[in-house]
Amino acid sequence: MAKIVAGIGTSHVPSIGVAYDQGRTQEPDWKPLFDAYEPVKQWLRELAPDIAVVVYNDHGGDFFFDKYPTFAVGASELYPVADEGWGRRPLPDFPGDADFSWHLCNELVYDEFDITVCQELAVEHGFMVPMHLCFDHDPDWPVRVVPVAVNVIQHPLPTARRCWKLGQSIRKAVERYPGDTRVVILGTGGMSHQLNGARFGYLNSEFDNDFLDRIEFDPLTLLETTHQEIMEAAGAEAVELIMWLTMRGALASEVIRVHRNYYAPMTTGMGLIALTDAE
Amino acid sequence: MTSQIDKTRAIEDTKIFDHEETRRGYRLNKFAMSMTKAENREAFKADEEAYMATWDLTDEEKQLIRDRDWRAIMKEHGGNIYMIMKIGAVLGHGLYQIGAHQRGQTYEEFLATRNASGAR
Repeated sequence: MAKIVAGIGTSHVPSIGVAYDQGRTQEPDWKPLFDAYEPVKQWLRELAPDIAVVVYNDHGGDFFFDKYPTFAVGASELYPVADEGWGRRPLPDFPGDADFSWHLCNELVYDEFDITVCQELAVEHGFMVPMHLCFDHDPDWPVRVVPVAVNVIQHPLPTARRCWKLGQSIRKAVERYPGDTRVVILGTGGMSHQLNGARFGYLNSEFDNDFLDRIEFDPLTLLETTHQEIMEAAGAEAVELIMWLTMRGALASEVIRVHRNYYAPMTTGMGLIALTDAE
Repeated sequence: MTSQIDKTRAIEDTKIFDHEETRRGYRLNKFAMSMTKAENREAFKADEEAYMATWDLTDEEKQLIRDRDWRAIMKEHGGNIYMIMKIGAVLGHGLYQIGAHQRGQTYEEFLATRNASGAR
């Protein structure tokens, strides 16, 4: 059976992508962020996963509010880089695995997750920033990908517990996939930030570090947290953090932490945690 | 059903992008989404008035764009930041400039409040 070999929680701030494209990763204010990913990149090279399931939200890269799915799963052999409004980034398109994706979609729907299945999907910063932080692409990506898009921008959003259950369901689906496919799951977004109103730029590093503790040791304590509570404590856009629970729900109850980092230079707490099942 | 939003506990200086906001802001946000096509960006840059005239925008909404009034767009007209920043990008107003405007600060004043403002 296929196996989940790693879970990564990471922010997906778009300015990281700009700095990356402009070759500014070693500038003093960016270096602490980019250098923190090097051990994770190395670990993932050693793990050599076949597939990356990336849980992210679309910020108007492909979806708009005419039809905005609560949960959407890619089922394509190729995911092009979206034009988000400032031109296409110089990254290779992302190879998919339609067989694996359709298996996942079948299993999720029969497990009562009524997802939108996407045979064409352009991916954007929420998806791409975590990918180039965690994987080299010289010249091609070393993994096939499955984008899993979650509505965390237009309320009503799925609950924290629902996102956790999605992760559990993804794990069951992976374990029912024949062969020895190795899967890494990335939960992306957050951490504390707010981009609207006079509270723009609000950060809460204490909240973020507590969240990093809990996602590792005590994730069940996060499941009853309401969107209101997250937004009050950590900013309106911090609610993206519920997507980390999908990653954590796909792992065992006991995990080993391989790496952790936190950096809050501008308007967003940029968190990173790398976990694997304790066995 | 447990509600996820408590309307009796409004968060100061904060908009929650809910059904009221997305309905109010639909025209402006849809216009903003059009900026994901290069030909639309070019048309907007070449002639803002002519391009806006091809979209379903009220006179008030067009004036907000003429005025680059990000604060009002976000606070009173249902703007979604991820959409509105696409308009800003075409007009040379980045996310942090839009943020400074929402805070009622100059860009430089806003940057001075950050921990490591080179990371932008």
